[in-house]
Amino acid sequence: MSKVLIIAEHLNGQLNTATARCVTCARALQPEAIDVLVLSDAPAAVAAQAAKLDGVSKVLNVARAENAHPLAAVLAPQIAAAARSGAYTHLLLPSTTFGKDVAPRAAALLGVGQVSDIMSVTGPHTFTRPIYAGNAIVTVETPSDALVVGTVRTASWPAMGEGANTAPVEALPVDAVLPTHTRFVGLQQASSERPDLQSAAKVVSGGRGVGSKENFEIIYKLADKLHAAAGASRAAVDAGYCPNDMQVGQTGKIIAPELYIAIGISGAIQHLTGIKDAGTIVAINKDGDAPIYEVADIGLVGDLFKLVPELEAAL
Amino acid sequence: MKILVAYKRVVDFNVRIQVKPDGSGVASEGVKLSPNPFDDIALEAALRLREQGIAEEVIIATIAPADAQPHLRNGLAMGANRAIHVVSAEPVQPLAAARALLKLVEKEQPGLVILGKQAIDDDCSQTGQMLAALWDRPQATFASKLEVADGKATVTREVDAGLETIEVDLPAVITTDLRLNEPRFIKLPDIMKAKAKPIETVELASLGVAHGGEISNTNYAPPAKRSRGVMVKDVAELVALLQQKGLA
Ligand SMILES: Cc1cc2nc3c(=O)[nH]c(=O)nc-3n(C[C@H](O)[C@H](O)[C@H](O)COP(=O)(O)OP(=O)(O)OC[C@H]3O[C@@H](n4cnc5c(N)ncnc54)[C@H](O)[C@@H]3O)c2cc1C
Ligand SMILES: Nc1ncnc2c1ncn2[C@@H]1O[C@H](COP(=O)(O)O)[C@@H](O)[C@H]1O
Repeated sequence: MSKVLIIAEHLNGQLNTATARCVTCARALQPEAIDVLVLSDAPAAVAAQAAKLDGVSKVLNVARAENAHPLAAVLAPQIAAAARSGAYTHLLLPSTTFGKDVAPRAAALLGVGQVSDIMSVTGPHTFTRPIYAGNAIVTVETPSDALVVGTVRTASWPAMGEGANTAPVEALPVDAVLPTHTRFVGLQQASSERPDLQSAAKVVSGGRGVGSKENFEIIYKLADKLHAAAGASRAAVDAGYCPNDMQVGQTGKIIAPELYIAIGISGAIQHLTGIKDAGTIVAINKDGDAPIYEVADIGLVGDLFKLVPELEAAL
Repeated sequence: MKILVAYKRVVDFNVRIQVKPDGSGVASEGVKLSPNPFDDIALEAALRLREQGIAEEVIIATIAPADAQPHLRNGLAMGANRAIHVVSAEPVQPLAAARALLKLVEKEQPGLVILGKQAIDDDCSQTGQMLAALWDRPQATFASKLEVADGKATVTREVDAGLETIEVDLPAVITTDLRLNEPRFIKLPDIMKAKAKPIETVELASLGVAHGGEISNTNYAPPAKRSRGVMVKDVAELVALLQQKGLA
């Protein structure tokens, strides 16, 4: 029987929904237990949120001042110690920048490889994952006698809801020497009132075709009308039209909203891999031959500066 | 200070990958190979630190089959001082790559090791973090800004929430994000000069790397395809369709 340890991702006392997606993935292993580990300077609020997720057996808290910010070099030894002490068979983190940073460091400390971006679970040691920007899906087999460390491709797993669950919350003593060679300096959060790109039901994205930072207002306006998150192609971010945290794609965020509207985006494979799992893709582009139309459910050809304000007004 | 740059050869980012019908892998015959784009960025970052006088020597390293010499010549032409070719007929996974790179690190004692944030073939995003763990040194992943002074690196990292800045003591491991820099173009005279630069060749098997914990790839399949949908002629038609689907 499997026993899963999930590392909670959180910021400012809020549990990230990516953690609830890891719970869904963990349940696919049909384990005897799913524990969630909260590493924080003040874990109580986050632990309370994790305890409500359906399927969670126990929440374990490690409260240390050093855990005020998620530094991989500081967290990994604690995660490795917790994974060892609890006789876990699986250690899961979300495939977010947090999970991608920490998980491989923990895996190496534990002497095992890592399965990145788990898309599906075939068995306790068999998974599928995307490679080559999602252009191939590989089945991987991990050693049957070793702990499995994996990151969960968040777009492949719906978030486990908060149910009637009230999992017990316990303090976990961990015996790990923490390094001081890595120090947090600051986090510059792009302040946005809009829904979070990674969990939003609707996303409106702009590309190089939008042309400037000022012009991006039309993307934001449409997003606001639809209560959607705003996203972008790499070209738009590189050109400085919008902040980096809006980038969708192979090297940005992989998302699965119900509705994705791509505006002035050509549809390079690196962008498409980020939106493959979207429910409905709408493309607005002046070039009717743009590759985005090969994947779009609804295509509209024309000048975005005319069409997008028209669409915004019609909704 | 020396800088070691991990310089992987991958299928060029413009190639449309085809999965072999028998599921044994992806078609690689005659496919264009290039340096991993993130590794070109890693090399560029190292070269700039050398130009700033912060580093004296930039060494590129690859773990690849014997035919990867032109790939290393490319990195030398871009400006690396020398190259280490760890020869392995089979592709290595991140844990094995990190274990091999650790051997090079122990020998060369670099002040910085710079890797790409991910290889665009396996898309793992693991090797730098694993190397940092095995080496027991700091890691600063997904770097979009890097400053080195007084035995420390100050690194801005592209994270989901925005931009995070951390400070790490050297030696340290850095992995690069796309916006760290724009790699330089190689000029013809540099290609000539690169021919005289040294490439050290070592067999992976002779490095004595640890084993265990490896993962095997058992089958390859094409992804589920999305099909082309409908084209609408105007905004009114688009809105009607969205409403029909309950999306507007
Ligand atoms: C290693 C690597 C990783 C990458 N990762 C990512 C990634 O994560 N995400 C990503 O997005 N890209 C990524 N890229 C870049 C990718 O290859 C493309 O270059 C990028 O997606 C192009 O962005 P774009 O579609 O906005 O720009 P373009 O390809 O320039 O397309 C602009 C589009 O706008 C249209 N347009 C222009 N004006 C108008 C108008 N007035 N009205 C309507 N349409 C108009 C044009 O017809 C065109 O189709 C990566 C590349 C590499 C090498
Ligand atoms: N075989 C290899 N040779 C050289 N560098 C490698 C190799 N494998 C991984 N790397 C480095 O590790 C980075 C991340 O790779 P990955 O963890 O496979 O996504 C790459 O961008 C390279 O810098």
